Amino acid sequence: MNRSGAVLRARGLVKHYGRGQSLVRAVDEVDLEVPEGQTLAVMGPSGCGKSTLLHLLGGLERPTAGEVWVAGRRIDTLGERALARMRRRSVGFVFQAFHLVEELSAAENVELPALLAGHSPREARRRAGLLLERVGLAGRARHLPSRLSGGQRQRVAIARALVNDPLVVLADEPTGNLDTAATLDVLRIFEDLRAAGQTLVIVTHDERVAATADRLVSMRDGMFVDDTRLAAAQPRGLGGLGGLLGLEG
Amino acid sequence: MQEAVLALLAKEPSHGYHLYARLRRALGPLGESMNRGQIYVTLARLERAGLVAGERAEGLAERPERKVYALTPAGRERVAAWLGEVGWPKPDLAEFHLKLTVAAAARLADPMELVAAQRRELLRRLREVQRAALAEPAAPGAGLLLEGVVLRLQAYLRWLDACERAWSGAGDEVEDG
Repeated sequence: MNRSGAVLRARGLVKHYGRGQSLVRAVDEVDLEVPEGQTLAVMGPSGCGKSTLLHLLGGLERPTAGEVWVAGRRIDTLGERALARMRRRSVGFVFQAFHLVEELSAAENVELPALLAGHSPREARRRAGLLLERVGLAGRARHLPSRLSGGQRQRVAIARALVNDPLVVLADEPTGNLDTAATLDVLRIFEDLRAAGQTLVIVTHDERVAATADRLVSMRDGMFVDDTRLAAAQPRGLGGLGGLLGLEG
Repeated sequence: MQEAVLALLAKEPSHGYHLYARLRRALGPLGESMNRGQIYVTLARLERAGLVAGERAEGLAERPERKVYALTPAGRERVAAWLGEVGWPKPDLAEFHLKLTVAAAARLADPMELVAAQRRELLRRLREVQRAALAEPAAPGAGLLLEGVVLRLQAYLRWLDACERAWSGAGDEVEDG
């Protein structure tokens, strides 16, 4: 852990695609620090660069310029193998389209990254069992993804993201393919993770997902345009909620 | 409408008919139902409340149409308070629209800042409702009511995005005229 206590840190982050006339500045000079235990939401319209930012932070893509640090270690200069190892051990990814292996059961999907990280089959099984229980799917461990609903698949994907005790979970539109009830299930799990001190970065265009974060940054054209602390300074009681519902006057 | 009239006076004193024309222009088709009499009724009320002071133009008969209205210090305070208000739980879209228009025209505030402040406040409220909804068991009941509130807040937030798109970059071109 570095001195600032930031799990994720980016300095002058830039990602360009194409060149000349067709140059796209997907990420344009972004500075970011995510302290341990923070839930950060990144919002913005399609094409604002928020998914690219997430890929850069998690080492899925390399920046055109700038630096990315994960737990005090600079990752943008790592070689391919070191980068892959860092991703496996330190970062958990959750995607909009789940990306489960269709031929493997729910439990096997969760076990896979643990095995790849060098855990014994027994330990991988133990971890998968605990995590599937945590996301409310203990009874579906042997199901293939095709037999699960969208919401259930995303919960499997979240369990998989957690299996190596990542320093940070990066989620890209995690509720983009889900209905309201499934969205609430996913938000409950994120809330549970937040309470357990998990650092979380969520890219979303769903206001209700963003509203559950501690901090919200808005992105436009590759840049941050607003930075809001959402955690209320003093919690409001039921009276406050009544006010929200318009029950008062 | 009272606050919108006050805000229009923040830049410079004005005649009632001029205020009427500006409000109608800002509201477009929604302003068609407004009549000129309403402006004078509003101005008279504001004058009684000590928020504006009307001054008769020299050499003309004592008629409201001839008066030039100006903000009093109390009126100025009221405008500042109004700009910072968040209209939830009874959001008045026309009112917020007017707020942006007059704030830009009178250079009282940056419309983008007003949108951002409104959004921050609504997101904080959405967060509270969302947390209450997450704490509810998944059964129709209070959760259903909270769902309605969430959807309403979301609709308002999306409209704010549209406001932001419309006002971004328009800042310098918006002149009273």
